[in-house]
Amino acid sequence: MKFEFDIVDGDFAKAGTASSQVKHLLKQLNVDTKIIKKTTVAIYEAEVNVVAHAIGGGKLLADINLERIVVEVVDEGPGIEDIARAMEVGFSTASPQVISMGFGAGMGLPNMRKNSDELEVISDVSGGTRVVITNYLVA
Amino acid sequence: MKITEITTLLGGHIVCGKARAYISVQYGFAADLLSDILTLETEGILVITGLCTLQTIRTAEMAEIDCVVIARGKKVSPAMKDLADRTGVILIEADCSVFKASGILYASGLQPIY
Repeated sequence: MKFEFDIVDGDFAKAGTASSQVKHLLKQLNVDTKIIKKTTVAIYEAEVNVVAHAIGGGKLLADINLERIVVEVVDEGPGIEDIARAMEVGFSTASPQVISMGFGAGMGLPNMRKNSDELEVISDVSGGTRVVITNYLVA
Repeated sequence: MKITEITTLLGGHIVCGKARAYISVQYGFAADLLSDILTLETEGILVITGLCTLQTIRTAEMAEIDCVVIARGKKVSPAMKDLADRTGVILIEADCSVFKASGILYASGLQPIY
């Protein structure tokens, strides 16, 4: 099953809408609750990153079968200058507005890594960012 | 500790999820950083926060948080209530500070996660 959701930049009221729908789908498939939680946390962090940082928003593409879920979150930038640093806990380039919303603590990418079985982050400063999260659905 | 007991101890009131207020939570966590809440792996958690936004509820949904106490007398918006109703998050409004709410609940037996 494949699903596609739009992510609107700067719209924190809608941030998490796509992740919530993916969570709902996983519940319908009777996936283990711990796997649902780690998957939704990982993709929610990715979705919030697009809302907080990308100009022009992005997309969340979910590909689900009985064994695994692959979620691709893509945007058109600006990209991440130093992915290794962005993976460090506490490193953040978030704006004061994003911080006032309770995000921007430098936990996003580390939290994605912690909650993903496989995580791929490809980014170009002048281009966009592509985050691919793969989680296996069998405990 | 039951949600009803927690509400009484804080002198607060349940604004969402009254029908589920019979459930108990074992752990308390205080945070205004939503990403900190997203790192929690434990079940049966109550979060105390002064961050009164729609994203507080969305984060509780993602992190499987049973109950959120909105401290410092802040009022939950209709949109927050609606999302909490749809996602099953119990919401309590309390006038006390995050510090005081944490102290009261810790002294009454709610356990810290760390």
